[in-house]
Amino acid sequence: MASYSTNEFRSGLKVMIENDPCEIVENEFVKPGKGQAFSRVRLRNLKTGRMWERTYKSGESVEAADVLDTDMEFLYSDDDAWWFMNPATYDQVSADSAAVGDNAVWLKPQDSCTVTLWNDVPIAISPPNHVVLKVVETDPGLKGDTAQGGSKPATLETGAVVRVPLFVEEGDLLKVDTRKGEYISRAKE
Amino acid sequence: MTSPDLLDALREWATLLARLRQFFDERGLLEVQTPLARAYAVTDPYQRCFSVIDPANEGVVAGYLQPSPESAMKQLLAAGSGSIYQICKAFRAGESGSNHRTEFTLLEWYRVGYDHRQLMEEVAELVNQLLGPLPVERITWRESFVRYADIDPVVAEPEALNARLPGSMRITTLDVSDEGQRRKLLDRLLVSRIEPNLGRNCMTFLYDYPADQAALARVRSEPWPVASRFELYIDGLEIANGFHELKDSAEQRQRFEYDNRQRQRDANVEVALDEPLLSCLDRLPDCAGVALGVDRLMKISTGADSLVAGSPP
Repeated sequence: MASYSTNEFRSGLKVMIENDPCEIVENEFVKPGKGQAFSRVRLRNLKTGRMWERTYKSGESVEAADVLDTDMEFLYSDDDAWWFMNPATYDQVSADSAAVGDNAVWLKPQDSCTVTLWNDVPIAISPPNHVVLKVVETDPGLKGDTAQGGSKPATLETGAVVRVPLFVEEGDLLKVDTRKGEYISRAKE
Repeated sequence: MTSPDLLDALREWATLLARLRQFFDERGLLEVQTPLARAYAVTDPYQRCFSVIDPANEGVVAGYLQPSPESAMKQLLAAGSGSIYQICKAFRAGESGSNHRTEFTLLEWYRVGYDHRQLMEEVAELVNQLLGPLPVERITWRESFVRYADIDPVVAEPEALNARLPGSMRITTLDVSDEGQRRKLLDRLLVSRIEPNLGRNCMTFLYDYPADQAALARVRSEPWPVASRFELYIDGLEIANGFHELKDSAEQRQRFEYDNRQRQRDANVEVALDEPLLSCLDRLPDCAGVALGVDRLMKISTGADSLVAGSPP
C-alpha cells in the first residue's frame, strides 16, 4: 500500500489512522528553535465525521487510504440500503445507513450526489446543496398571507421536516438547503 | 495577486530593506555579503542543507547552501571586521509551512563587545522602529515553563512533562533509554503551551536556555547551567535567535562532535566539521550575534496569513 511522508501532507489528503480512513483538514509544520521538526495535523475521520488531532515527527510516514469522491445518481432505497449508480459506467453500489446517516431525508431519485468510496465501498454520502422536494403534509395555508413572518412545519416527500412560511401548501414544490435543512423558496417543476 | 497588489508588496519589501539598512548604517555597522554556498554543512542534527551539484560533474557536491551566514560572518569578525550586518537569503531543506520556507531572508548582525543582554536591547530598538512602540517583556526559558505550563522543566520527570502536553502531542510510550526524549517533550511543551502566550501585545524575549540547547552560544554555570542565548517572540511567533557567542574552539568542537554522534544514531550519517569556523573561534572578539527572520517580520507588520511578502505571485 502507498504511504505519505509528512513532507507530502496537505489538506485533502486521505490517510489511514487506526484502521479508519481520514482526510487531512489542516497540516502545520512546526520547528522549535533548534529542535526536531514535526507536523501537527487535524484530520476528519471519514467514517464518523469526528475531528482528530495527531502529531508526527518530520519524515514519518502514514499509510494512504484508497478513498475516492465520485458523483453518482441516487436510484432508490430499500430496507436498509440506498442504491447509487455511476452515470458513466452504470455501475451500481449500495450504501448502508451508517454511510447515509442523517442525509437520508435529502435523497431524491435521479439527484446527483457525491459518494465517498473507501476500497470501493460507500462510507459517506453528500446530497446536492439544494434539492427540490414536494410538500406532503402541512397545516392549511393562510390565504393572502404572503409577506408576514411566522412559520410552520412541513413534511416533505422524503420524510424531511422543515420550517416553511405560512403560505406554503400541500403539493407545493420547495427548494431546500440540505446543509442547514432550511427552506429557500417555492420552486416550479 | 493582481499587478497593483504585487507592486505594493514589492515596494513594501523594498522599504523594509531600506529601513533595516538605515538602522544599521546610522549605528556604524558595516554591511557585508558572504557566500551563500560553502563547502561545509552544519552539524545541527535537525537541520538539512541543500547541496549544490555541478551537472557536468554529477554526484560531486560542490558545496552546501547555508542555513545562516553565521560561520562566514564569524570568520570576518575574527579577521578584525568590527561590528557587521548582513541581509541575505538562507536555505533550510524540508522546512515548509505557513511560517517556514526553504528559502527565506535573514537579517544577521554581530556586535563586538556586546553580550546577549545588550544585544536584546538593540533588537528591541530595531523592532520598535519598524513595528511601532511595543512593551518589552523578558522571561527566562525556565520561568516560562513554570508560568505557562505549571512545571519546572529542569527537575521534572519525563512522565510529568508528558502529562502536561495536550493529548494529541503526548508520547504514547515513554522510553527511558531514549536520550532525545526529554528534549522532545520540552520542545513540544514549548510549542503547545508556552509559545502561544509569548509576544501578546508586546515583544517577549525568552532567554537563558538549557545548556544542551546552546548551539553556538556561551554556557554559564549560574544560576544553573544555562546558555547565553535568547529568542524574540511577537504574536506567538519566533522572530529572532541570538547568542553571546562562544569563542572557545575546543568546546565548540565537542558540541559539533556530540551533534555528529546523534546524527550517527538517527540517520547513520555524519557531516564534516566546519574547520575554518573552528580554527577562527579562538581569535573571535567578544561579541553577541542575532539572526532575525525578515519574512516573519513582514508577516507580522502586514498581518498576512503566511510568508508571502516580496515574493513573485
